[in-house]
Formats: sequence, structure tokens, C-alpha cells
Amino acid sequence: MSTETAAAEKEVVKESVPKEPLFSAKNKRLLTDPLDDDNPITVQVLGICSALAITVQVQQAVVMSLSVLFVMLFGNMIIASLRNSIPSRIRIIVQLVVVAALVILVNEILKAFLPDISEKLSVFVGLIITNCIIMGRFEAFAMGNKVFPSALDGIGNAIGYAWILVAVAIVREVFGSGAISFPGVGQIKFIPASFFEMGYMNNNFMILPPMALITVGVIIWIQRSRNQKLIEEN
Amino acid sequence: MAINKNSNAFTFGFAIAMVVVVGATLSFAAMSLKPRQQANNIEKDMISILSSIGVEAERGNASEKFYSNITKRVTLNSDGEVVETRDGEVDPNDKKDPFNVDVKKDYRNTDLKPEDRRYPLYFAKQDGKEVVVVPMVGKGLWGPIWGYVALESDYNTIFGATFDHKTETPGLGAEIKEDFFENPFRGKKIYDDSGEFVSIKVKKGGADPDNKHAVDGITGGTITSNGVDEMLERTFGVYDNYFSTTKSNLSQIQ
Amino acid sequence: MEAVNIFVKSIFIDNMIFAYFLGMCSYLAVSKTVKTAVGLGAAVIFVLGITVPINFLLENYVLKEGALEWLDPSLATTDLSFLSFILFIAVIASMVQLVEMIVEKFAPALYGALGIFLPLIAVNCSILGGSLFMQDRQYASIGDATVFGLGSGVGWFLAILAIAAIREKIRYSNVPAPLRGLGITFIITGLMGIGFMSFMGIEL
Repeated sequence: MSTETAAAEKEVVKESVPKEPLFSAKNKRLLTDPLDDDNPITVQVLGICSALAITVQVQQAVVMSLSVLFVMLFGNMIIASLRNSIPSRIRIIVQLVVVAALVILVNEILKAFLPDISEKLSVFVGLIITNCIIMGRFEAFAMGNKVFPSALDGIGNAIGYAWILVAVAIVREVFGSGAISFPGVGQIKFIPASFFEMGYMNNNFMILPPMALITVGVIIWIQRSRNQKLIEEN
Repeated sequence: MAINKNSNAFTFGFAIAMVVVVGATLSFAAMSLKPRQQANNIEKDMISILSSIGVEAERGNASEKFYSNITKRVTLNSDGEVVETRDGEVDPNDKKDPFNVDVKKDYRNTDLKPEDRRYPLYFAKQDGKEVVVVPMVGKGLWGPIWGYVALESDYNTIFGATFDHKTETPGLGAEIKEDFFENPFRGKKIYDDSGEFVSIKVKKGGADPDNKHAVDGITGGTITSNGVDEMLERTFGVYDNYFSTTKSNLSQIQ
Repeated sequence: MEAVNIFVKSIFIDNMIFAYFLGMCSYLAVSKTVKTAVGLGAAVIFVLGITVPINFLLENYVLKEGALEWLDPSLATTDLSFLSFILFIAVIASMVQLVEMIVEKFAPALYGALGIFLPLIAVNCSILGGSLFMQDRQYASIGDATVFGLGSGVGWFLAILAIAAIREKIRYSNVPAPLRGLGITFIITGLMGIGFMSFMGIEL
């Protein structure tokens, strides 16, 4: 209840309407900020829930990222185009319905065209609904901006989400299985056979859930030692 | 035009419009994608069935290979009597088609009385041999395990087996779907020399290679191995009636 | 016995955090002190214990293929399962609202402790995750589903309690600067997950 009234008071901020070029510096930042300085996973700490479980294989991570991209892009555009007519009292519900409807669409499409991957992703496609990035972007950006910037914002955030996902998946699949399997191409070996002859073994541990957390932890570590301003106090 | 966006009427109107639009879109999407999804599920089952008789298939050629290899499908009741027979195309809407008997669902459904359960059986031709394929479901460590085991026409010698799971531990119980576990089933027998039903044991710590009724279990995957063992014994136990009657009929004819 | 098994399994083995990473957002955000962690954890147990059985009924009597047969035999082939996401989330959002109002009216003390956490919970992945796992695993009875919901909640509670306690202590340690805060929390959670993996294989 309290959240809704507070939000009602906030009301949608009307943007000023000077003409600006399609890819102004501001718009470009919408795309690039979420990749590093404002990454949804490693900095905003949003949407981790579904991010980690499906990073066992690169192809799963890619399909998941594309699903999120689809939902973010169209969700942001729908919300942005409706932003002046959504009654503020049922705002959250409207956002929820938009996400849920888009996720159902994605899920049905995956089931129809990529049945094997859809089975592996199991409930995690559904969990895109509660992926905080999406609701967070609706609330923080799409409700107060025009359609085009919102679309860019959606793409930017989805890609920021995607690269972490794919990076984690690459690390886990290469060290866990020694090869990355691509649909249609088959497995591409990354660890040379001579290593195995010398006694190297695939680390099955990488496939188990805890390693996803540790891999993300290390990615955060690397990112923050490069980008000092992200370091936290305690 | 001045509409009060915060009036009750507008809010209700908006909510109703949203529900109608979303509902219509989703139903349309679900309806139009449903045939494809059903076809996918059918193909998946076909691939598993084919794999048990040693036919490699993939999505795309699964149904073609299925129809050329599988000649007939029947449903048995719990006494081993044939209650339904089908051949030709699988109709996803024909609930009585043996292909559509959901053994996984039946297995889970504890309210279903044993006499109401249905057991599908597939007749197939492969390498010039007539084989039958028995679907089965059991319980692994974390969730269901299932498989298809093909028997030669003596209803005794195993022609091939394939198992699968959803949630078993990677590297341990999950190995039941690997060739090194499945292949040793070939040539094993479910009846002993005197014709007594003995099933196939999945032995922890390895089975004697001369033992006609046992295969190696998976090291570290004991509970999953035991699940396979239980599944084989229980399922063949049901089909035992049918096999015995058919065999004695055959021997009378000869 | 099956129920005990499901309960233990959902706490230790299929732990929402360590095995499926569900509810990580609030897990990371609200685990700075033990006190708030306990509040949120309790609210999660509460809401999971309510929404999973409700969604179980919804799944089995409305959504599943043939689930509407009790209304009319001609509906035996109706399959509404594509609506499950939207209905589950709607049930969760409205239950959270309802619970919040009821608790506020009848148990002000409890409201003081849980109140601020309840609105957060509607978007906690572990709640929707609970319902989706219930659907995926197809529990046999509403009893099993309730036990699963409660067990998952307790597992989540344990996880957030443990990490909050560790984070309170780690403040006094000399963690490399870029790893402070988020990074070290991830790694510790991973190590805790490895610890929890030792429960694998337990069966009652």
C-alpha cells in the first residue's frame, strides 16, 4: 500500500521536448552505461536470481539473454508508450501484467521452436517475470521517458545482463566440459587433447551451482579493480 | 478532452481493456503454437523409443524413422491383456492411442488404482529382427527416471536400452543416460533358464560379466542405480503376464 | 514419510539460494545485519507457505489440461496452462497485499517486525520460483505442496541468516578493496553452497 501512494505522489516526470539527434551523446550513454559503470548484475545487483542457474552451458545463457532482451525491449516500449495513460493506482499491476504476458509469449515460442533448450531452462524462463531488472527499468526509466530512449535503455540493460551471463557460462562450460557445444556445429574443443594426455581433467565442479556464484564473485573482483569508483565501503 | 486519469471509471476501464488485450493475444499465441509444441513432445518420445532399438534419430527425421521402424503399438491392462491396438500416424488428440498413455503421469498418480493403469508396448523391426519396446518409469534420487527397454521376439533377451532423467546428480546418477551404462544391457536376459522371471539386477560394485541377469551399477550413484533396478523389476513384472501368455501361444503354434 | 522427505530436501538439498539462486536480489540487499535478515526470512517462510498451496489448487483445478473437468465434462481437454505465469504472479501479489492488511489489523507487533518486508516479497524470485517448481515437479497432494513451500522458506531463511551473520563479522576483516561488499558475498555464498552440497544423498 505504502509503495503505491508514495509512487502516486511522485507522478510521472514530464520530459522537455527539444529535438535531439537520434543517437545523441545522452542516448548513447543509455546503451553503454549498463555495460560497465551501471551494470545491472555486478553493480545494481538486480536480476541475479535467474542469471546464475542457467550458466552451465553457453547456448542456454544465450537463449536466456535473448529472452530477456525481448522482454526488456518490448516491455520498455509498451510501458513508455502507455506512460501517460496508465492510472497511477494500478501502475505496478499493469507493469506486472505486461512483463508476465511477454514472458508467456517467450515461453510459448521457446517451447514451440527450441524445445530442448526450453526444457533445460525449465522454470527460469518464468522467473524472468520477477527479474528485478525488468520491473526496475520500467519503474525507473520507461515510466518517465519517451519510447525511443526507453528502447535503447532496454537494449543496453539487457546486453549488460547478457555479457555477464555469457562470460560466466563460457568459464563454466570450458573448464567444466572442456568444450563448448553450439547448436548445429557440435562441440568445439577448447582444451587441447594433449592436456588430457598429460593428466588434465575436466573440473566437474564447475558445472555445480556454487561455482556460478564464485565465478560471478571473481568477475566482480576483476571489474572493480579496473573500475575503482565502484568499490564499496565495507 | 479531459479525462480524469485517476477516476475509478478510468482505472476500471483501463484494467478491463488490458485484460482483454492481453488475454486475446496470449490465447491466440498459445493456440497457434500448440500444434508445434505437441509435435515437439511427440518427436522427443519417438527419439527415445528409437534410441532403445539402436536407431539414431533427431528432430526432423524422427517421425519418418518412427513410422518405418515401429509397426504396431498396443496398450495392456494390468493383467497383461491387450486393450487397444493402433498403427499408423500418432494422433495427439486420441487419448486411447498407446503413444499417448502418459506412463510418467500414471506412475506419479498415487490415486490411480493398479487395475486402471495402462501399459503401452511398441512392436518394431530393426536389423531384420522383430523387437518389442517397453516404456518404464521409476524413482531416482532427486526425481523421476525413465527409459525404454527393447526385447527381442523371444521376450527374454534385451535388444537395447535407453534411460533418461531430469534431476539426477551430474557425474553420478546422471550417468544412467550414458552409453557405458546402457550398452551392457544388450544380450542380458530377464528370464532364467527354467523360465522363471528374474529381471535384471543393477549391481553395486560391478557385476560378473558372465551373469546373464545383472549389469554394473554406477559408482557413487547407488540410489539412482537402485531406482533403475526397481524400475526394471516392477515394469517387467507387469509385462510378465503378457510375455508368458504370448510365448506359450507361440510354442503351441509351433 | 514422503512429506518429511520433501521438507528436508527442500531445506538442505534443493535450497532456494544455494541450488537455484532464487531470491538472490533481496538476499544480497537485505543481508547486511542479522536483525533485518531474520525479518525478511520469516516473511518469506510465511508467504511461501501460503502461496504455494493456493497456486497448487489453481494449477490442479483450473489450469492443467483437463483440470476444469469438475465444472463440466466437456471442458476435459481445455488446457489453460499457458496462463499459469500470469495467474501465479497475480495470486502472489494479491496474497502479499492481503496478508499485509490482515497482519497489520490483527497482529500489530508482527506487522512491526515483518511489515516493511512484505511489499518487497512480491518480486522476490523465490516466491514465484516456489510456485513454478511446484508446477514443474507436480506434487501429488496439497499437503506435499504446502510442506514444500514451508521447507523452501525455511531453507531461504537459513541461508540469509547465515550470510548476514558472516557479513556482520567480515566487516572486521581485511578484504581486498575491489572484492568488498558484493564480491566477497558472492564468493562466501558459493562456499556455503559447497558446504550444503554435502547434504546430497540424504534420503529419509
